[in-house]
Amino acid sequence: MASEQSPQSSNPAIEETDPEGEPGAAADAGPADGARSRREKAAALRHLMATEGKTVGENTRGFNESTEEAISHISNYEDLRERARVIKEEAIAELPDLIDRVTEAVEANGGSVYVAEDAADANEHIASLMDEHSAQKMVKSKSMTTEELELNAALEAEDFDVVETDLGEWVIQIAEEAPSHLIGPAIHKPPEEIATLFNEHFDPAEPFNGDPDELTQFARDKVGEHIEEADVGLTGANFVTAESGSIALVTNEGNARKTAVTPPTHVAVTGVEKLLPSVRELAPFVELIGRTGTGQDITSYVSLLTPPTDSPVLDFEDPEKPMAEGDRDFHLVLVDNGRLAMREDAQLKETLYCIRCGACNNSCANFQSVGGHGFGGETYTGGIGTGWEAGIEGLDSAGDFNDLCTGCSRCVNKCPVKIDIPWINTVVRDRVNRGGEGSDYSFLVEGLTPDSEPEGIDVQKRLFGNIESLAKLGSATAPLSNWLTGTRPVRILLDRALGVDARRELPQWRRETFREWASGRDSIPGAEREVLVYPDLYTNYVLPERGKAAVRVLEALGVGVTVPEVGESGRAPLSQGMIATADRKASAVYADLAEHVDTGRDVVVIEPSDLAMFRNDYEKLLSEESFERLRDSSYEVMEYVYGLLENGADREALPKANGTRELAYHSHCQQRTLGLEPYTTAVLSDLGYDVTTSEVECCGMAGSFGYKSEYYEVSMDVGQQLKDQFEAERANGRRIVASGTSCGDQLEALFGDAPPHPIELLDPR
Amino acid sequence: MSLEVSPDAESMATFESTLEERDLAASVTVASAAEFPDALSELLVSPVVAADLPFEGVSYDNVDSEITLSPSPAELDAARTGITAAGLGVADYGTVTIRSTPGGEEFVSLYPERHVVVVAASDIVPDMPTAFGRLAEEFAAGYTSQILATGPSATGDMGGIVKGVHGPQEAHVMILEDR
Repeated sequence: MASEQSPQSSNPAIEETDPEGEPGAAADAGPADGARSRREKAAALRHLMATEGKTVGENTRGFNESTEEAISHISNYEDLRERARVIKEEAIAELPDLIDRVTEAVEANGGSVYVAEDAADANEHIASLMDEHSAQKMVKSKSMTTEELELNAALEAEDFDVVETDLGEWVIQIAEEAPSHLIGPAIHKPPEEIATLFNEHFDPAEPFNGDPDELTQFARDKVGEHIEEADVGLTGANFVTAESGSIALVTNEGNARKTAVTPPTHVAVTGVEKLLPSVRELAPFVELIGRTGTGQDITSYVSLLTPPTDSPVLDFEDPEKPMAEGDRDFHLVLVDNGRLAMREDAQLKETLYCIRCGACNNSCANFQSVGGHGFGGETYTGGIGTGWEAGIEGLDSAGDFNDLCTGCSRCVNKCPVKIDIPWINTVVRDRVNRGGEGSDYSFLVEGLTPDSEPEGIDVQKRLFGNIESLAKLGSATAPLSNWLTGTRPVRILLDRALGVDARRELPQWRRETFREWASGRDSIPGAEREVLVYPDLYTNYVLPERGKAAVRVLEALGVGVTVPEVGESGRAPLSQGMIATADRKASAVYADLAEHVDTGRDVVVIEPSDLAMFRNDYEKLLSEESFERLRDSSYEVMEYVYGLLENGADREALPKANGTRELAYHSHCQQRTLGLEPYTTAVLSDLGYDVTTSEVECCGMAGSFGYKSEYYEVSMDVGQQLKDQFEAERANGRRIVASGTSCGDQLEALFGDAPPHPIELLDPR
Repeated sequence: MSLEVSPDAESMATFESTLEERDLAASVTVASAAEFPDALSELLVSPVVAADLPFEGVSYDNVDSEITLSPSPAELDAARTGITAAGLGVADYGTVTIRSTPGGEEFVSLYPERHVVVVAASDIVPDMPTAFGRLAEEFAAGYTSQILATGPSATGDMGGIVKGVHGPQEAHVMILEDR
């Protein structure tokens, strides 16, 4: 039988707790409130894009390109990631033991260890350390954990002086803002704005104009004075090694080095999840963290400190006194604040493997547009920020920005510890869905929503998650359905009630589906190879031409084709966080395909996001055996054509390039994550096309994302990157082609005409 | 007769080329123990502070500059060059390791704008896994605080890459041969 799972109940990803008991984000009370909150969200994001978007975009894209480059310098990137992943899995598994061991080691070295339960506990303890050392002034190197604790405010409330020493963090402290990025706190500030800030704050004799050298020199000198005056230096820790009681600090400026050793008392504050067994386990992380973070092979400094260190003591109050051996003090503060509970949470646990490099911030198209002040919660930003916020602050904070993750998966291959970041976002979305209040207006989509979701789920998500029902109805009643949804009153209603942006063209449902077309014809007789072409929702109901082209191409290459009766893959509900519904669909799809697969038929998939379900997401939704069987039999259509041609199929059966030979190809985000873009470009080149490809992470549409009223403008802003790239290509006469349905919709919105799928260029018809 | 390149020689060549190609060092000098005083003298801008060198037969005697060991805060602030040894060189990263000892390497390598680091050719290892194998041994031997330093200190926080922030602006690497 296809799947052993009872999809409603057995999936561990689904929260079984009483939804009423969940501290969820409130769902919309009704269309008016829903529309208002969507409008407010759109306005907030619009403001961020206008004020911070440009600088964030330039900086994150810069980091992202450097990361690509730095990864390309090594041949064992995947091996390093695998090792890093295993080390983290094991370390989190034995975390309580590591806490005991590090405590023993640090105490043996002459330091102290305190495990703080929550932020208040940590802050109180750190304040008590200040008192213990009769300290007034603390200098700090950058630490996201202390941002999470809101340590500065807590210490200032006790009248201590606190000065940040990382230049970006110092700028943020002066500006009284929150960091907008895990590793680049002031990444949203252009130098001119920093100059203005310094001019206002310090009133220099000669005003700054935004020269980075001048600003750096000024900031370094000012911060340097603070470091020399400080009584206590506080650092974070990127890693802590239990065996030796050491901390590792990964930095470029040198401020963390100075902060750790210049004052005689060093306090290190870090999350408990940073523990590793010993210094040996650091090696893969040292090779990875610079590459995936700032895009450096390694940062300027990786400090391995086992404090109190043997460094002599300097007394800046007695500047003529030579450095000499003296007493140093060290206090390690390990912060729980929800982490040990995350460790017990099967789905959020993976978040604890995060080394906070920021790669998922930089590689995210939406983050590049809005930055961490939009794509972030109380403390943490970007894709992984949702997991951290859900575990530390709760679902409210995570739910505020969780929907900005479109599941495009571009962060996945950049994560140095192989965290399935889109999955964490999906799980959090599912929990938010389940924590909401009931909606009076769900009747609007009732009958269209045969899902397994709770009452309270946002109607907009329910609509997009149940797109298959809509497609069936739309197709059965086409063209009437298309005329109706094309009218202004209906579009206004859709926008106000369901958050479907009126500025977007809606799909035009086709009366004759791809499957209906296929079922009315015979495939080639006596073929040695038989395949299924999966009639994904869009190919089936909206774009049957690309399905027909796929069938004809495969047949021309000697392959018999069946288009089975099978439902939507579950991608649509999964992208809305409707895991139970996606799970049910996955089981149904597998049940419908299994017998074919068992008889040796491969499954050829046109829509990349559905292929990504079969190849990747079904791992979470099916039994292991079922998942592997379908994964190993599934192919992207151009990948399959490539394989056929490589294995001797007759390329003469396919039309050579004629007419417009020059193409500009936009692959699909999930297709690229799976490493499948090269097959398309190889086949097209083989047939005589000259192909250039887009270099953006995502087109911005990302399935339903670009249709949503609150995100339409973000979607278009992301799309602008693609437009900027392809506009010139188009002007030079290149024809645009794209693999994904929503990419095609976005390109049509950007350029006015719908690009074909590459398979359509191969159509021998 | 075969012309086998010893692993040491290969690592040293890689180390040098990494430093140069990635612009990590303002200069790379190779010197024997006998050549050391003169070669070092060329790299110094006064005032100079330093930590003792652990290499046999190598000292600051005969170096053509006044060199202050165990400097005071005032001397450290005024210094324009700091000299320390490196425990290791890592060939494919152009990284040196600096041990934190009572000799004050951590300050001397950090405060002055120019850091001259002396690494023995025999301490250059090919890659990071080898380096961490050695570091684990050094940890066991009591050198439990070490800095992996690669290039000068730098920041991008002010809108462009600027070298020389809280740490040195220039790193000069001297490789000590034939000991």
